[in-house]
Amino acid sequence: MKNNLRKYYQKSSRIILLLMLTLFTLSLSAQQQRFPKPEFETGYTQPSPSTPEPRATAWEYVDIAILLLVMSLAAWFILRKRSRKGILWLSIFSLVYFGFVREGCVCSVGSIQNMALTLFEPAYAISLPIILFFALPLLFSLFFGRVFCASACPLGVIQDLVIIKPITLPNWLNKTLGFIPYIYLGLAVLFAATGSDFIICRYDPFIGIFRMGAEFSMIILGIAFLLMSLFVARPYCRFLCPYGVLLGWTSKFSKHHLSITPNECISCKLCEHSCPFNVIDEPTEELKPEEKIQNKKRFTLYALLIPVWIFVGGYAMSLAHPFLSKAHPDVYLAELLIEHPELKNDTENLDIQTFLSSGKPMHQLVEEAKLIRSKYNTASWILGGFLGLVIGIMLMNQFVTRRRKDYTPNKIDCYSCGRCMNYCPVKATSKLSKEDKQSV
Amino acid sequence: MEKKKYTRRDFINSGARISAAVAIGGLAALTLRNFQTEEMVWQIDPFKCTQCGRCASNCVLPISAVKCVHAYDLCGYCDLCGGYFKPGVKDLHTGAENQLCPTAAIERKYIEEPYFEYIIKEDLCIGCGKCVAGCTSFGNGSLHLQIRHDECDNCNECAIARVCPSDAIKRVPASTPYIIKGDFIAEDKGKWENKA
Repeated sequence: MKNNLRKYYQKSSRIILLLMLTLFTLSLSAQQQRFPKPEFETGYTQPSPSTPEPRATAWEYVDIAILLLVMSLAAWFILRKRSRKGILWLSIFSLVYFGFVREGCVCSVGSIQNMALTLFEPAYAISLPIILFFALPLLFSLFFGRVFCASACPLGVIQDLVIIKPITLPNWLNKTLGFIPYIYLGLAVLFAATGSDFIICRYDPFIGIFRMGAEFSMIILGIAFLLMSLFVARPYCRFLCPYGVLLGWTSKFSKHHLSITPNECISCKLCEHSCPFNVIDEPTEELKPEEKIQNKKRFTLYALLIPVWIFVGGYAMSLAHPFLSKAHPDVYLAELLIEHPELKNDTENLDIQTFLSSGKPMHQLVEEAKLIRSKYNTASWILGGFLGLVIGIMLMNQFVTRRRKDYTPNKIDCYSCGRCMNYCPVKATSKLSKEDKQSV
Repeated sequence: MEKKKYTRRDFINSGARISAAVAIGGLAALTLRNFQTEEMVWQIDPFKCTQCGRCASNCVLPISAVKCVHAYDLCGYCDLCGGYFKPGVKDLHTGAENQLCPTAAIERKYIEEPYFEYIIKEDLCIGCGKCVAGCTSFGNGSLHLQIRHDECDNCNECAIARVCPSDAIKRVPASTPYIIKGDFIAEDKGKWENKA
C-alpha cells in the first residue's frame, strides 16, 4: 500500500516536472524552494558543501616583509657592497618568488589602479597590503633609487635576466618611446578611476608566463617581449611601465643613488657602453657664452609655452572622450542599443539579452551611461592636460644646461642594476687614501 | 675628508624629496579612509548570476576556478533533477545522452525511494553553469556557481568579472569567501546565510 502510494507520488511528480520541462521558460528570477526538503527515513545525513579557504591574508604580509627585505638588501648591495652579483641573485630570487610562486597579483605596478579606484570609488575597499605594495617601492626609490626595478619587480627582472646583446637606440627614438609610459599611466588611472577596466593587469605580458597559462595572444605578446629583451634591454620597463614613471619621479630626488665610481671619476670612458639601457649621462662639454644665452632664452620660451601645451592636450583628449568612455561596459551597452536597436532580437548577444531580462529600463541605462560619459569628459581634460604638461616639460628640458664633469647614471631612468660598477677601475676611498699617503 | 657644501641644488633636492614623501604619505592616508586589513577575494553572488556560461571560458586558468556548488540545504533530492537531466528525457537513467553536464561531473546517487543525491565532482566541473540554469529554472536552485578559492589565483581584476553581463562577481572579505545559498523556507525568502 505504502509502496503504491509512493509510486503514485513519484509518477505524479514526474508528470508535473515533465510538463514544466516542456514549458521551457527561462524564469531567471526563480528564487523559491519549489520542492520541500525531504524527510529521510533511512538515516541519511546530508553533506555540507565544502568551502576551501583562500590563501591566508597573513601571506600577503609575508609578501610585504619579503619585498621590504629584498629592497633593503638591494639598496645595501648597490650602495655599500657595490655588488652586481648580489643584485643578480636577488633578482633571480624575486623572479622565482614574486613571479612563479606568488604568480603575480597584487603587484606594485598594478596597484596604481587599485589606488585610483579607491580614491574615486568610495565603495571599493582597498586592503592594506595593496597600499603598501604601492607606497613602499616609491619610498625606497626616494631614498635609494629604483632598487625595486633592479631586484624586486618580477616583470623587470624577467627581462633583465635575458639581456644578451643590447643595442643602443638612437636618442630621438628613446625619447619618443619614453613618452608612452605617461600615456599608459594616464589611461590606466582614467580607466581604473571610472571603474571601467584594469588595463595594466589585462595587458600584462608576463603574467601568463608566471602562471604558465593565459590567453594565446597574451602568451605570444609575452614571448615577443622576452625575445625583444635579448636585444632591446627591458623594453616593457623603458617604453611601457606606468609605475616606472612614478619611480622615475621619486628616484630623481633620491637621497642616495648608485654611483658608477666609488671615488672620483677619472673620465676613463670604460663604463661608457656598460649600460644596456643607455642611461649613463656623459660629461658635458663647456658651452660658449652665446649658446648659453640662447639656451636660456629658449628655455624661457618653452617654459612659457607649457600652459599652451596643457590646454591643447586637454582639448585634444576631451575630443576623444566619447571613444574612451566606451571602455565602460554600461556606456558601451547603451551606445550599442541606441545605434543598433535591432540587436535586441539577437539571442546570441549575451550582454543585451541579460540586460533585457534584468528588467532595468532603457532610460535608466542611458542616464547612467550619460553620467559616466560626463565623468570621462572631465577626466579626459585632466589626462590631456597632464600629457600636455609632460610634453611641455620634455621640450623645455632640452635646453637645461647642467654641467657634468663625470659619468653619472641618469637618476630618473637608472634601474640600479649595478652593471656599470664593475667597469670602473677606480678603487674605493680607504684603499686609495692609503696609497695617496704612501705616494706623498 | 672635507664636508661637502650644502648647495642650492641639495636644498631643492631635499625639498622635492620631502614633498614627494608627503605626497606618497598623503595618497596612502587618503586611501586609508576606506581600507581594511583583510585581503579581498572574488566571489559570485548566486542571486545575481544568470548562468550565461562565461565563467567557463573567461577565467585565466586553463580550467575555470568557478565550479558548481551544491547547497544541500536547498535541494529537493528530486528523481527528475532539472540540473542533472536534459530537458525532455524519457527514461531517468544515467546514460550520457541524458546528462545535461557536458563533462559528466554530477554523480547521481540513490538514497531512498524516491530521493536521489547529486554530488558535484569538482575535478570534472568546468563551471559552465548548465546544471545551474536547469536547477534554477525547474528546481530549487540548490546548484549554483561559486569561485573555488583553492583554484582561484585571485587576480587583481578578475577576468570573468569584467565580462559578467549581470555584475554578479564582486570582491568579498577573505574571511567570508563564499556566498552559499541557504534554506529559503527556514529563513526569510531572499536572505541567505554565509556558511564560510
